[in-house]
This record gives sequence, structure tokens and C-alpha cells, in this order.
Amino acid sequence: MSDKFEHDAVISGVARSAIGRRLGRSALDLTVDAAGAAIADAGLARGDIDGICTYPGGSADVTFGYAGPPPQEVQDALRLNLTWFQGSAELPGQLGAVVAAAMAVSTGLCRHVLVYRTVTESSAQGSGGRAAVLGSERAHSYGVWSAPFGGTSPVNWLAPVAMRHMHEFGTTREQLGQLPVTFRRHAALDPEAAVFTAPLSLEAYLAARMISTPLCLLDCDVPVDGCTALIVSTAAHAPNTPNGAVRIEAVGTAARGRLSWDQYADLTSMAAQGASDHLWSRTDLRPTDVDVAQLYDGFSILALVWLEALGFCGHGEAGPFLEGGANIALDGRLPLNTNGGQLSGGRLHGYGLIQEAIAQLRHAAGARQVRDAEVALVSNGGGPIAGALLLTRDR
Amino acid sequence: MQDPLLHRPAPSDDPLGRFFWQSGADGVLRFLRCGDCGYWLHPPSSRCPQCLSANVAPQPVSGRATVHTFTINVQPWTPGQEPYVYAIVEFPEQDGLRLTTNVVGCPIDEVRIGQQVRVAFVDRNDAYYPVFVPEAT
Repeated sequence: MSDKFEHDAVISGVARSAIGRRLGRSALDLTVDAAGAAIADAGLARGDIDGICTYPGGSADVTFGYAGPPPQEVQDALRLNLTWFQGSAELPGQLGAVVAAAMAVSTGLCRHVLVYRTVTESSAQGSGGRAAVLGSERAHSYGVWSAPFGGTSPVNWLAPVAMRHMHEFGTTREQLGQLPVTFRRHAALDPEAAVFTAPLSLEAYLAARMISTPLCLLDCDVPVDGCTALIVSTAAHAPNTPNGAVRIEAVGTAARGRLSWDQYADLTSMAAQGASDHLWSRTDLRPTDVDVAQLYDGFSILALVWLEALGFCGHGEAGPFLEGGANIALDGRLPLNTNGGQLSGGRLHGYGLIQEAIAQLRHAAGARQVRDAEVALVSNGGGPIAGALLLTRDR
Repeated sequence: MQDPLLHRPAPSDDPLGRFFWQSGADGVLRFLRCGDCGYWLHPPSSRCPQCLSANVAPQPVSGRATVHTFTINVQPWTPGQEPYVYAIVEFPEQDGLRLTTNVVGCPIDEVRIGQQVRVAFVDRNDAYYPVFVPEAT
């Protein structure tokens, strides 16, 4: 074993199913499409796959399109022979499934893990919108202390973070709006993948209808149907990958402080701070070495919080960093969410961001390619759950 | 006063939190407090997270608090729902002792971070929901 387990594993393949609004296809159908393509992209055959890992696992029936098919369904659909499988949501963010796969490879439990994340939230919400999937029963889980007071949607949990950031640091909606506006510009360079590609002006952002102050419609990601699949392989497989492997330089998985929506000491950083500090403790690379970043943007404010937590700017300084948008443009100091992120590319729950990081490091991102990209940062989650990966081009 | 609790789920029936949702029956807000080290607990737990003592019991707080942050929910998640203030308030009894709640009893656009509020209770779903109203200034 290497000094750091993540160095024993590489991401050898990645692919996606059709992605779109209300595709009307089953989660398993989409998953099998993406899985088959990812296995081929890794230069492997089904018989090589001996591990499966997904976030969150569980039953898709009761979770309104949020969960994909559980590992057993995928194992059976592809007739895989596995030595290890796992589906879990109690992880350091959605990409905790990638970390778990790398751990399984490093410890020798398996050699090639199919990791997937499948969502059918767009179809689940259908013509009724999000209200169609909101329960009115007794509050449970995350909702115990928020739902009874109308903390109905994650937007209600994150909007107070944005409000507090604006209060403490003077951050403005104009500065926050640079995230969706810039991501939309990037999305237009990936018309096959992005959901929204029409140009978005700052004026249109500021005029968009409010959802939960200060977050408007364009601060919220877009529910879609789709699956992203990737293959985490033993590092020895790297030379055999037809499209190039990506190295995992460091993971950030820490859980520190009070990881709740309302009790965390500093609501303007939350779990992203622990994950970021842990990530940088596992590598000699520094934030200035990062060529391109794909930061979780389930809501625009989360990408802003990640910018600060990861040290791309000081705590409280994201507003000025974003001002005008030049820093996060494709030719800026930190090209950000180069496929449009989830705000314009669709809510693949972080996995579209991983796929884009891999495309950038393979120098296969076409018109949106960041020149000579060698180091990419991916973050997932926000609020009380967060994880981060530092990826490098295989040299 | 607008009804902030229209179409809301009932609280959890976890036995640890039952005292909290019933506390307002006499108009008093209570949190668990450690009898040994004095630490206030929220959400409820059977042991003090600071000293691990099991000597924890509900104790009244003043009911005064400060708005730490908030949002005005505008999106009508349920038909006919009015915009409402969803807030996190912090109590003077202990740094970081906070509660997610609603601020009611004033125009929604008058709520501010740092505003002084005090508890009031709404009786609903066999529980007393603690909400907060601005202190008279």
C-alpha cells in the first residue's frame, strides 16, 4: 500500500446516460446505459468489474427520484460477479462513494469498481413541481428541527447561509450572481450536455423570481434525469486505459464541528471547512496549483462557500473574488464549473462535476478546455455534509 | 398574525424531544441543561456532550433571543401559502445555542439579523410550536 490509500487507485473510465428533463425512463435503464459506456471507456469488460459503489443506495421508490437503483439491481441487470458492494448516504458528501471505492481497491477487496449516481428527480416532480414530492407527515431525519417551521426545501436551509454571509461580509447579489451567469456561459460551450445554454445576463439574474431570500430561481440547480458512472481501478491499470486515467492526489472527508443546518458555529463555512482542511493536509499541492475547479453548486451559495473553505480566496472574500466574473472565467485565475455546473448543466448531484474534471484532465473538453489543465479540484455537498477530491492528470 | 404553520408536518415523536414540544403549555420555553456543568443541549440528547453526565433535565430559558440569520420563503410549496420568515435565533444563555423557528407578528420585510425577539407559542398538532415575535422597541 502507498503512504496514502488514494494513490493506489485511479479513475479509469467515465460516462453518462442521456441527461434531460422528464426523460420518463427508469433509473435502472439510465444506469445500465452509463455503466456499460463507463466500463468500455476504462478499457474493461463486464467480467473485470468486481466492485459496485453508489450514493445513496436504498430504494428509489420512496425517495422521489433522489436515489438511483440499489447496487443489487445493477449487479443483477449486468450479471456482475462482485467481491464488494456498497450503497450508502452516510458519507462525506456524494463523492464519498468514490472515496469508498478507492479504499476498497487500496485494501485489495476488489480491482475495478463501478461507481454510479442516478437521479430521476425531474420525472418524479413531473408537472406538479417540487410540491408534488413534499410529504406532510411527521418530520423525520434532517427535517426534525426544520420542517415543523417550514424548512421545506434545501433552499430554505441554504438561504440563511447566504443571508448571513451577506450580513457579515457585505457580499451582494450582484457578486453571487456571477456564479450562475458565468456557468451559463460555460454551458453554452457544451450544448450536448447542458440543460440551459441561452445567455444569461446579470440583469436577468437580478430580476428572476425569488424563491427564498436572497436566493432566486437562478441560484437553484435544475432537477434532471440521468446517470453518471465512473470506474475506480487499481493504479496498475492506468497504462491500459484507452482514454487516460486520472490520479487521485488527495481526498477531504473530515467531519468536524456541529454538522447541522443551524448549530454549526460558523454558518458561512460549515462542513466544507473540515473537508477542505483535511484535503490540503494530505498533499503538498496548494490552492494556487489548481488549474480548474468544479465546485458543488446545488445552490450558488454553496460554490461561494467552497471557494473560501478551499482557500481560493480568504474567508469572507468570495464576494470581491467573484466581482465582475473574470476570476472564474475559462481564462481566469480559477476556471470554475466549466460544463455549466448544476445550475445550467443539471443536478447530477455532484457527479457531473466529477465527469467534467476528468474531461478537463484528459484534455478532452473541447471548446471549454482549460489550457494545459493538470490539477483539478472537485467538491461535493454543502451544509452539514461535504467531501472534496484533488485529481491530477496521469503523467 | 399570519399563520406560519399552515400545512406543516408535526414534530418528531422522539421521546427525547417530547418535553420540548410540550413545554409551551405553560408559556415557557425549555431546553435540556446539564445539572453538573451547566451546558445547554439542543437538539436534545440523553447525555451532556461536554462532560458526558447523564444528569440532564429541561430547564426554562428567558425566551429572549437574537435573530442570527433568516430567509423569507416566497415559493408557495403548498397551495395558498403566504410568504413566511424562516429564521435561526440564538439565545443569550449560551454562545451557539440556537433554534430554527419562525419570526411572526410583524411585516415579513421588517425582520433583520441582530433583531431582538421573544418566544410565543402556537398550539397545533398536539404540540406547542415556539415561534418568535419582535421585542417592543
